[in-house]
Amino acid sequence: SSVMPWRSHGRNYDTELQRCRLEAALVDFGDYHPLKPIMVTDTKTRRGTRKGSTSSSSSSSSSAPPDPLSSMLDGTDPLSMFAAASDLGRRKREKEEEAVGPDFEPWSLKRGEILARFTTTEKLSIVRKATSQGSAVSEKVRTRLEELDDLEEGSQRELLNLSQQDYANRIEELNQSLKEAWSSDQKVKALKIVIQCSKLLSDNSVIQFYPSKFVLITDILDTFGRLVYDRIWTMCSDPRPLPDNFTVEDVNDTAKETCLNWFYKIASIRELLPRLYVEAAILKCNRFLNKSGIQETLPRLSAMVRGIGDPLVAAYARAYLCRVGMEVAPHLKDSLNRNFFDLLGTFRQISSENVRAQLVLQRVEMPEYLTLYSPAISWILQCIAYRAPEGHNLIMRAFRPEFVAARATDFIGMIKDCDEAGFPKHLLFGSLGRSLASADPPESERLTILNEAWKVITKVRSPQDYINCAEIWVEFTCRHFTKREVNTILADIIKHMTPDRAFEDAYPQLQSVIRKILTYFHDFSVLFSMERFLPFLDMFQKDSVRVEVCKSIMEVFIKHQVELTRDPVILNAMLHICKTMHDSVNALTLEDEKRSLALLIIGFIRMVSFGRDFEQQLSFCVEARATFCNLEPVLVQLIHTVNQLAMETRRVMRGNHSRKTAAFVRACAAYSFITIPSLSSIFSRLSLYLLSGQVALANQCLSQADAFLKAAVSILPEVPRSISVEGKLRSSESFLVDFINSFLATLLVIPDHPEHGVLYLVRGLLNMVQDYTWEDNSDAKVRVYISALPLLAAMSQETYLYSIPKVDSNDTLYGGDPKFLSEINKLCETLIGQILDHLKTLGRDESTRRQGALAFSLFGVLLAHGDLRNNKLSQLAVNLWNLSHKHGCCETRTSVRTLEFIKHQTQQPDMTHLSDMVQRLTLQSRT
Amino acid sequence: MSVTLDIRLKRANKVYLEGPIQLISSNIEVAKAGKIPGGKTEIPFEFPLHTKGNKVLYETYHGVFVNIQYTLRCDMKRSLLAKDLSRSCEFIVHCQPQKSKVIPTPVNFTITPDTLQSREKNSLPKFLIRGHLDATNCVISLPLTGEVVVENSDVPIKSIELQLVRVETCGCAEGYARDATEIQNIQIAEGDVCHSLAIPIYMIFPRLFTCPTLETTNFKVEFEVNVVVVLHDDHLITESFPLKLCRL
Repeated sequence: SSVMPWRSHGRNYDTELQRCRLEAALVDFGDYHPLKPIMVTDTKTRRGTRKGSTSSSSSSSSSAPPDPLSSMLDGTDPLSMFAAASDLGRRKREKEEEAVGPDFEPWSLKRGEILARFTTTEKLSIVRKATSQGSAVSEKVRTRLEELDDLEEGSQRELLNLSQQDYANRIEELNQSLKEAWSSDQKVKALKIVIQCSKLLSDNSVIQFYPSKFVLITDILDTFGRLVYDRIWTMCSDPRPLPDNFTVEDVNDTAKETCLNWFYKIASIRELLPRLYVEAAILKCNRFLNKSGIQETLPRLSAMVRGIGDPLVAAYARAYLCRVGMEVAPHLKDSLNRNFFDLLGTFRQISSENVRAQLVLQRVEMPEYLTLYSPAISWILQCIAYRAPEGHNLIMRAFRPEFVAARATDFIGMIKDCDEAGFPKHLLFGSLGRSLASADPPESERLTILNEAWKVITKVRSPQDYINCAEIWVEFTCRHFTKREVNTILADIIKHMTPDRAFEDAYPQLQSVIRKILTYFHDFSVLFSMERFLPFLDMFQKDSVRVEVCKSIMEVFIKHQVELTRDPVILNAMLHICKTMHDSVNALTLEDEKRSLALLIIGFIRMVSFGRDFEQQLSFCVEARATFCNLEPVLVQLIHTVNQLAMETRRVMRGNHSRKTAAFVRACAAYSFITIPSLSSIFSRLSLYLLSGQVALANQCLSQADAFLKAAVSILPEVPRSISVEGKLRSSESFLVDFINSFLATLLVIPDHPEHGVLYLVRGLLNMVQDYTWEDNSDAKVRVYISALPLLAAMSQETYLYSIPKVDSNDTLYGGDPKFLSEINKLCETLIGQILDHLKTLGRDESTRRQGALAFSLFGVLLAHGDLRNNKLSQLAVNLWNLSHKHGCCETRTSVRTLEFIKHQTQQPDMTHLSDMVQRLTLQSRT
Repeated sequence: MSVTLDIRLKRANKVYLEGPIQLISSNIEVAKAGKIPGGKTEIPFEFPLHTKGNKVLYETYHGVFVNIQYTLRCDMKRSLLAKDLSRSCEFIVHCQPQKSKVIPTPVNFTITPDTLQSREKNSLPKFLIRGHLDATNCVISLPLTGEVVVENSDVPIKSIELQLVRVETCGCAEGYARDATEIQNIQIAEGDVCHSLAIPIYMIFPRLFTCPTLETTNFKVEFEVNVVVVLHDDHLITESFPLKLCRL
């Protein structure tokens, strides 16, 4: 085909811009403006008051129409009214159920703590205890008596070797089957389940787990108690529900009889523990039977506990009694007290032969065994202490942190006088420390307390005991003292934990120490000026733990370090920490982990600023690059940082570089130039080459800019056809086309290199585009050609649309030289030839839709950038229009708007030639 | 309408002195002959329980040898061609509460190897268990209460249990037949309980299996409670207390 001649349409960008601008119209304040009333000048965040919050500005407020949305949100809409109502109902129910006030720490809070604290790796079993062999039960009636005690066959199988989680799951299953049995009206089965469960509480074969087991099983008992109570309550709610403060007289006979039946059934349960627990579970039901029921039952049940030989089992049974007692009748202090005194009375059981034998068997040390009691005892004490009159009983208040805090010095004296044989002092100091962590002792005593406590703690021989106690006291120290004291403590911990690598068994505690310090010290210059802090970190020698600790420090740093810093102490320490994180990366590290580590390190790099000392900043980046070379996102950030540094230098110099700053920005460019190739992601490299090239150009480093762009062009062939985006393989084509387009936009301002030919970068790029292996059946290459035309047209202008200050672009270099222009035109002609060839191929391939779309794009380019006074070009435009409309694939709306635009253009003085053409452009009717 | 009491034989191999003894039988007519309209007809009735001659009405009781059962039977006689209809159901009789006050009769006990009649008492380990029952004259609707204290014991305690035993005695040809049945056994202590600490004795009488102590010319129904201490070496130590139950 004959070569299509190209002439670019001459542009006057300034006039065009003026023409494009809308006419400005002045608006007075008082004038109506549709956007005005929703201007928010004052925002209240409280819900339901939004009506008042969207006040219109100044004088227009009165004329503002009422906002239909705001009146909906007036707080009186039906939904929120409904919510409020049901809220009220719930509160009422809660009030009825919980006679204790909000100042009573509820069981629900304790139970989680207990479950988390008392765990085991031992295997657990759910075993039905063979009904007391050798008991007095005669064989012939055993069957009948056991009827109640046992679940039906099948569910009785022994479950051995359960992990703690399996055990909890199994208990939860029992809880579910309890609810199911109940809802399917199998009340006896429900009772059997509860009895079975309570029996498990007499088994303490894995004693460390007992407190947690107690929590799990009493959950089931609670469920049962609620079910029975609710059932009887519903029986009396006809015709109307019982009032909250109902009396025995309000309860009908059927309900009473049912209730009594439950009590009779439970009274005949053979074994002591289930009988006790199940009756306690339905304690509240006494309300249906008589006024004094609860008052009489509680002491009786408390006395019943005396029959439990095992002291731990008994202590927890007492805790349960106190719990249900507090729920139902918190005012009944006598039985609470009785429980406590019985507990004290039977405490000697702990040293009994039985217990000792058991501990030996289970290899549990006495101190650990004693801590198993603490949830039960502290609960009982909490119940007793609740709203106890001042001075009523000293012991009652003894366990409240505030009380302890106020008398910490006395306590220390008491603990010091303690006999070491009874209960190790470090455990007592541990408890004391725990109390002091949540309540403050008088200021004047704090230092003495710390000194006294630490005197004892530091003498604890066993590293495990030592760290358990020391870890608790770190909180107190951080809370009230300075880095000096904390540093001393860190030193002491290091001294204790280093011999024989004792730290290896104490990572959780050591981590907790770090956590506590980080909670109180957010000023990292203070933190890192603690001499022993980094040596402390050195104790984390297990890689995973060490990285975790570093990450936690970094997270706090990123969260709390507000100001940019150049503090050498911080930088050294942080570099050390970040390096530790970085060095943990290996071939097996997961992508997610790498990403999160990289993000943390980037967070640090972004906080580093040496102010005006740019050279220092650059050398920091050099060091960082060497340190973090395995984490690509960090390298990317470093390149950005250096580019930013160059631009900052430019800003400071107001664009006029001195010899020194010019050398510096070239150094920056060099940094980027040698860093980019080490990135593996091709698109990171491409975009950083382009960006760095732009930065170099902005800093008048022409040859550097050239080198960047050349490098970008030279790696284009490496772009793979598909890339992984968020783990999925996607075609790279759209990314590549996007990149090339923005690359083209930069090329406009790049002056030609004196030693290379005209437009050598553009040619280089287009050559690469031509040689690139594009996807089969893709128009991408031709689309790139089409988008190169506007660039070339822009390059033919006398003055370019944009330029870089202090950089002469081709417009100045060539000054509109005809040879230069004809080079451009030749290039355009080649491109158009290629595009038309492609259009023909598409015609042959019956790909008419693609053909139409491409033809229309080219038409658009001709219209905007070509000089259509040229007949051949104008004929080409008409042909392209017709081609794009031939198959009716064009969107009519777009065509119509294009025609309107052309007609509008014809009114411009130098565009009259378009009117001839527009005559020849016809719209395809859709018939 | 007739009311009959019959005592049936549970076990054929036992020789009983007499067959079922009828204590009461009375008939009342609840509706006169005539037509009953279609649909559901309810006829209210009531009648006093009068015994036959000098017999006494005993409380309803289901035992091994002795059953005291009261049934109501309703017969509807119909014309020749239609079958007569009949339904019966059991009803429970409780005695009038006794007017007289029950005087509690507390009883103290001490158990040591020496107090036991057992032959092996010499081989038993040493122990001293003390205690008391608040009353052996018990009101059937109130719990049996008391305390037991393990003062000392060379062998750990495994369990302490309360065993409620019912003793039925029937007069028969060879003299009398006696059968003791355990009707309830509850554990009041599990494991090696704290020494010198009073453990409560508390037992509710099971409703279905207990009745006031009964003594007639033909049979007796009596109760006793055993305090059973099981030692860790599975030695059983039992102390037995006869109870007299009454309804108040």
